[in-house]
Amino acid sequence: MSTTSSTTTCRIDLRGWVLPLTLLALWWALTAAGWVNTKLIVPPGNVLHVAATTLSDAAFWQGTLFSVTRDVSGFIVGALGGVALGSLLGASRWADRLIGPSFHTMRQISLFAWLPLLSTWFGYGELAKLVFISLSTLYPVALGAFEGVRGVTRAHLEVAKVYRFTRVQLLFRLILPAAAPQIATGLTLGLVCAWVATIGAEFLLANWGNGLGNIIIKGRSTFNVELIIVGMLAIGLVGTVLNRIAARLEAHALRRQGRRA
Amino acid sequence: MAHAGTLDIKNLSKQYRVNDAALPVLDGISLSIRSGEFVSIVGTSGCGKSTLLRLLIGLEGDYKGEILLDGQHIVGTSLDRGIVFQEHRLFPWLNVEQNIAVGVLNAPGGDGTKKKAVQEHIALVGLKGFEAAYPHQLSGGMSQRVAIARALVNRPDVLLLDEPFGALDAMTRGHLQQELERIWRAEGTTAILVTHDVEEAVYLGDRVVVMQPLPGRIRRIVDVPLARPRDRSAAAFATIKDDVMSEFIATPQSALSDR
Repeated sequence: MSTTSSTTTCRIDLRGWVLPLTLLALWWALTAAGWVNTKLIVPPGNVLHVAATTLSDAAFWQGTLFSVTRDVSGFIVGALGGVALGSLLGASRWADRLIGPSFHTMRQISLFAWLPLLSTWFGYGELAKLVFISLSTLYPVALGAFEGVRGVTRAHLEVAKVYRFTRVQLLFRLILPAAAPQIATGLTLGLVCAWVATIGAEFLLANWGNGLGNIIIKGRSTFNVELIIVGMLAIGLVGTVLNRIAARLEAHALRRQGRRA
Repeated sequence: MAHAGTLDIKNLSKQYRVNDAALPVLDGISLSIRSGEFVSIVGTSGCGKSTLLRLLIGLEGDYKGEILLDGQHIVGTSLDRGIVFQEHRLFPWLNVEQNIAVGVLNAPGGDGTKKKAVQEHIALVGLKGFEAAYPHQLSGGMSQRVAIARALVNRPDVLLLDEPFGALDAMTRGHLQQELERIWRAEGTTAILVTHDVEEAVYLGDRVVVMQPLPGRIRRIVDVPLARPRDRSAAAFATIKDDVMSEFIATPQSALSDR
């Protein structure tokens, strides 16, 4: 047993900031020099100003909360369904033959193509949005679980047989733990899809409800380019935070066993 | 536990079907193994020795003949037969202690007894202090020790070993053979070792069963009446080893007339 001493660099790598800062400087220079129509390409200072007023507005935070709640609820439903469906397809040859072809065909339909149907069935309310987000999460999660469960080795299945695992033990003590890395990857991917779907749903199933997507809609309808940009930045930031949290959880769950570096 | 672990194999045959043609892998194997005996089975690859072990553990079925453990026909896998595979086959998400505990998961007895058995077997295979280590942190030899502990922890009547040290380096192998003998003596179980290493077979076995391929048959059984622990450099050891070795050089015809 060797404990590899990894010298963790505490210094933050600043190289990632080069591109955004350059673009920001360019943006500022273009607008300051008046080379562009500042009605369309608004000066960064104005965006900052609008951002400040937006952030001090309780409605923004409420909208963010609404969007995140929507995202997380849809994600949970989709993730549970995805793990169940993927595991079933991966574990049972019979189920794979029966459901697999339909599943893989349905996957080819762009999720946004579902929206007209969903709005016809469920209207433009919360339920339609939730179904859409869940569906977006379901595919990557199911695919991850499927790959993971398929990857359970014959060698390990024989071990389970030798120690007379029951069906429940087989699922919870072999199949799911063995598939955990792929399931985790699927979940992380599912989270990205869920957030894209959340904003998409707020956009395309717009009912003047509450949410980050509505900020952009409001910005567009009032020709407030600054507000559109603020909304976009907020969406990006929330998405990044959600992914950071997911990556932390994933790493924490798998690191212990040395299954991820 | 008197007489537990007596194994009787009677006229055992097994064939696979390959492209609609019958491919015999084992033909007329008969072997009686006493309780607490250590039997080594050697043979070249393709002689069916691993298939024989897989039949004994119950991972393969569909055979002709009889396999009796203490007078009872074996049916499928059972906790009274333990096995160590060539690869350790540990679960990478469980640590040493948890991997060994897999062996007692479905064994009778309370949690306290099981915990104690796990601790005893960690000590038996010399892994005290490594309870919390994960398989990826262990060397090949240590992993195989864990696999041995997992196989023995519910105190099976028969321990089956399928080339358990085949993937290890020579030094580790020699050391683990010594360790296996000590563990086998401590536990008093019947042991059957499949190997292609003649020295290993002679070092560990009370008897060495030499098998020949196509189809797999027993060519000869060699007794090893040497005191334990054995001295690999002793002349008597070398004589028996040479005797077994000669079976692999002799022509199949002359060997057939032996039986």
